[in-house]
Amino acid sequence: MTARRATIATGEISPQLGTALVIVLTALWAIPFCWMLVAAFRPEMFGGSGMASLVPDYLPTLANFREAWESADFIRYGLNSVLICGGILAVQLTTMSLAAFAFARMRFPGRTALFYLFLTQMMLVPIVLLVPNLRTVAQLGLYDTLLGVMAPYFATAFGTFLMRQAFQSIPRELEDAALVDGARWWQLILHIYLPLAKPALIAFAIVSVTSHWNEFLWPLMVINSPDNRPLTVGLAMFTLGAEGAQAWGVIAAGTFIVIAPLILGFVTFQRRFINSFMTTGLK
Amino acid sequence: MSEIAIREPLVARAAAHRAAWRWRDLRAYALLAPSLVFLTAFTYWPVVQVLWNSVHEQDKRAVSFVGWKNYAAILADPAFRHAFVNNLIYAAGTIIPSLVLALGFALALDRSSRLNTLLRSVLFLPVLVPLVAAASIFLFIFLPGVGLLDHYLARLGIAGVNWIGDPDVALASIIGLTVWKNAGYYMLFFLAGLQGIALESYEAAILDGANAWQRLWYVTLPALKPTVAFVIVVALINVVTQVDHIFVLTKGGPADSTNLILFYVYQQAVEQYDIGKASAATVVALVILLAISAVSLSRSDREAQA
Repeated sequence: MTARRATIATGEISPQLGTALVIVLTALWAIPFCWMLVAAFRPEMFGGSGMASLVPDYLPTLANFREAWESADFIRYGLNSVLICGGILAVQLTTMSLAAFAFARMRFPGRTALFYLFLTQMMLVPIVLLVPNLRTVAQLGLYDTLLGVMAPYFATAFGTFLMRQAFQSIPRELEDAALVDGARWWQLILHIYLPLAKPALIAFAIVSVTSHWNEFLWPLMVINSPDNRPLTVGLAMFTLGAEGAQAWGVIAAGTFIVIAPLILGFVTFQRRFINSFMTTGLK
Repeated sequence: MSEIAIREPLVARAAAHRAAWRWRDLRAYALLAPSLVFLTAFTYWPVVQVLWNSVHEQDKRAVSFVGWKNYAAILADPAFRHAFVNNLIYAAGTIIPSLVLALGFALALDRSSRLNTLLRSVLFLPVLVPLVAAASIFLFIFLPGVGLLDHYLARLGIAGVNWIGDPDVALASIIGLTVWKNAGYYMLFFLAGLQGIALESYEAAILDGANAWQRLWYVTLPALKPTVAFVIVVALINVVTQVDHIFVLTKGGPADSTNLILFYVYQQAVEQYDIGKASAATVVALVILLAISAVSLSRSDREAQA
């Protein structure tokens, strides 16, 4: 199929549309990252004009990283981000698997209505509701806590929708066989449905973790004390601080520290990343 | 007598059956309960709250019903009007170029080869990084005088401008950053859409004597229509819900030239402590989001019927 596709596609307009043009544009797309790399290892220049050069015409130094590392507690921010993403994902996996099982395999009055009620969450994007949610979080005593950052995301209509589809595609015969063997409903979920829905689970996990890892405005509102900041908030505060000092190399180093884990993950699981972003569509 | 004898077990069985069903219903609701609790607390209840807050006024002593006053207040607020108009410009300014670029990238990189895979990955990279991190990098790119853009423009003999400091240019700069950030994401959907086009349609077109441009125009583009519709919805939602870069780069300024609706909500809530205005602006954002969903749903309905 791919081989056939390739031979035919050669005649299509697309390659002629200018591989050259796309290569130039891609180079343009890479420039911000290139600058970040070059600037991060550049010796201190006190905001000099050479800062903008994309040519690494210097002896690389780790001074910027040292300064970034000392002026912001990136380890702590990173740990907070890990806790937030991990906590959200763990609860999401539980709530969405249970709900998806009910929607996929059980008949009960009001099923369709409830399903549509779930789906409204996909339109009422949580971030837009930050003002009332902040009040709720405060009333629950979760202001300035990681749990407060996580709470609005514990239920996911999107995940439920994805898992319901995955569960529905699993043959019922497997369930029947397990029931004959005396399995309980939760054993069905744990030993049959979840293992078979693994691709969907992984796709959801990647999208969930990336989007919460990158989230900014909501944690910015919930978190007050510096020790509870996730990476994004930590980086923004650090950047705004270093901007005043014109310490561009330090900003580049700090940014590099923050995005390196993501890029490392992407390079390692490239295909999975791309596939999950594609199958899941909405972030 | 015999009739009763026959009916009794039937009735009993039916009752047992119903009881069993009720028990199973209960279990279904129990499985949905955890999700429903969180959805109620953080999706449905907040919607009720913003609607209620948007027609009430709160001061230290009392809460009073004020009707449309908050809405009138945001409409009279130049900052909100700016944010609203900016959001429209921002939507058109980011979505059209992103879509055209994403489609171009996908068409050019459709074939699998080492080089194409590498180029796709580079184009996808900005999608992965947090918007805040992207903004941190662009802070220097947009820096007047010694920044990356001005530095290289000067080499070409072009005088730069104050990219995020000049009210006439700032929104365009923010748009540029957003296009850079999102085009690679939309490219993925077009790549998937291209994979879905049957080779037979190209073969038929070739047999009919269509040249490469005609095949692009009459085969490829019509087949990608649903993808375009889907990407537009995703892009519209992004335009309403993502404002992180505004916080780092401009804080909505200068002179509200880069303010967006969601950032205005943030400002009203966090800087002005005006929950009434923040809620009214939130309702406006929600209505926009619901309108986007409604239009896309009715579209897909029509396509399903056709």
